[in-house]
Amino acid sequence: MKIIALAIVILSGGLLLYATQDFPSWADPASPASMHVSPHYLQKSMEETSVPNVVTAVLADYRGFDTMFETTVIFCAGVACFMLLRISRQTPEDRYYRHISTGVTIHIKGGGKIPDKSKEFERIDTMWTPFDLVIKTVCRFLIPFIQLFALYVIAHGHHSPGGGFQGGVIFGASIILLAISHNLRIATKRMREKLVGLLCVTGVFIYAGTGALCLLMGLNFLDYGALAPLLHVDPVEARSLGILIVEVGVGIAVMATMIWIYNNVSSAGKYDEGL
Amino acid sequence: MIWQLDLAILTLVVVCAIAAISVKDLLGSAILFGAYSFMMCLLWAIMGAVDVAFTEASVGAGVSTVFFVAAVFRSTRRTKD
Repeated sequence: MKIIALAIVILSGGLLLYATQDFPSWADPASPASMHVSPHYLQKSMEETSVPNVVTAVLADYRGFDTMFETTVIFCAGVACFMLLRISRQTPEDRYYRHISTGVTIHIKGGGKIPDKSKEFERIDTMWTPFDLVIKTVCRFLIPFIQLFALYVIAHGHHSPGGGFQGGVIFGASIILLAISHNLRIATKRMREKLVGLLCVTGVFIYAGTGALCLLMGLNFLDYGALAPLLHVDPVEARSLGILIVEVGVGIAVMATMIWIYNNVSSAGKYDEGL
Repeated sequence: MIWQLDLAILTLVVVCAIAAISVKDLLGSAILFGAYSFMMCLLWAIMGAVDVAFTEASVGAGVSTVFFVAAVFRSTRRTKD
């Protein structure tokens, strides 16, 4: 069986390699894609959308549909993780508490608990190791800067590489870093499960809603020029602003999905103890 | 584009890909996959697709490695086959 599989893999790989010979070579100016569409984008995108970064203009304006459904795919991935992993009804589990001043650990069986705001005891994970001061301090120091950088990446996508996807992922990674360096409960206290789910939907809604608003204003779906009367600018500037609105939507959706997937996977759907 | 650099990175991509599927330790496999993503990111950057490189670096090398590590932490570290 393994030999057949290997033969199939080698055969299909060979066929794929053979097929690539028909591709135009890398950066070939005579290839069909570089003949018609690319020159138009390169020459006209600045005067049509007033966005200096052509990639952003193509991604969010000319090919807006693609990006919208990409965002939807990410949202679907988050929902799928939630549906597969999340356990809503739990049997009462054992909890571990640590007496802060003496370091004595108590194990409470069968759902008993000490109030979370207790000053003498703190709740710890089953496989708890003492917090490392270096990791904790460095992460506390880094997280605000990572978040600031994420916002910069989203907002500066018009002029430099970056945009909603990258900025959203970086922002989500900063919250995941908080969950890794401290514990999952501290991170979910900052970003509650309901808030994460809501933000996930909001991001997709902002994108699709902008498209629908353009439709309501009398132009095509996702033709941001239609927003000009609402934003009190000329249609070209409105397309630039429309791209920014859409990028913010993508950023929110991606950020929330990353946190959502991480929370579900690392706690095996219980939202109790994480990585 | 420097072809020596290109060749070195391409070789590393292939090595990382083969190692990631043949290693028995799943945690090691996740890290190798992160390395693979990072090499791909360098390749995109060499080819001038900076946006794609940025996405690859943040999604492929960053967050997906964390997801893999979390999944390994919640399941088993050894493969059956």
